[in-house]
Amino acid sequence: MKQSRRTFLQASMTACTVAVAASAGLLTPRAVLAAAWPKSAFMAKSVNDALKALSGTSSTANSKDITIQAPDIAENGAVVSITVKTSLPKTSQISILVPHNTTPLCASYLFTEDTEPYITGRIKMRKSSDVIAVAKAGGKLLSTKKSVKVTLGGCGG
Amino acid sequence: MALRKMKIRAWSEKNDTASVKAIIFHPMETGLRKDKATGKLIPAHFITELKCDLNGKTVLTCLWGSRVSKNPFIAFRVKNAKKGDTIKLSWVDNEGMSDSGETKIQ
Repeated sequence: MKQSRRTFLQASMTACTVAVAASAGLLTPRAVLAAAWPKSAFMAKSVNDALKALSGTSSTANSKDITIQAPDIAENGAVVSITVKTSLPKTSQISILVPHNTTPLCASYLFTEDTEPYITGRIKMRKSSDVIAVAKAGGKLLSTKKSVKVTLGGCGG
Repeated sequence: MALRKMKIRAWSEKNDTASVKAIIFHPMETGLRKDKATGKLIPAHFITELKCDLNGKTVLTCLWGSRVSKNPFIAFRVKNAKKGDTIKLSWVDNEGMSDSGETKIQ
């Protein structure tokens, strides 16, 4: 009984250490990052912090090759339909951010060679704001934005 | 909590691509909303990761925050997909719940 308790304690300690190391960013090979949900990016309170936590840099260049389809006026901020597509080659990731939400990062989509860089989803918006789409193509971050007017906020609180 | 089963539609289009549309039934609570009866905050409960597989190979990973709408809808296009191929969607949420569903490309 004692033996098993000891082994259990040791095992849980090891698990904790690994978890701490991973969250502290010590174990950050790409594969691990891609597989794990980037909590710090989703908890970030500003667009720059979110992008830094997600991609390591917050510098983005404007691009006309990314299109956001969103309503000009959204009656209900709880359901705003957003379509993002791009003609940029080698797009590996598209992230959708709303600067005026308490946590700007809404969603991030990781594409592979077998998917077209096109995504439609629905997001919540607290108030009228820009919607920013950031695409990662060939290691660079490119972005575009579109303003959406919200008549009824949709994040609660 | 019993959730309704997700709905997926997939159909082939020209140039070997296929369109996929899906709706997943999930509350997607932000953690900011108050319960009107008790005045207490409703804890955050949302899908964190959604994976889309084509014939067992992951082709799209969606990382979601709580700002994705309730009962999330998603549409995307898959390349090199033929009629009869299997599209599988599986999700995990922040409370460790998970579900998956699959369909054949029409």
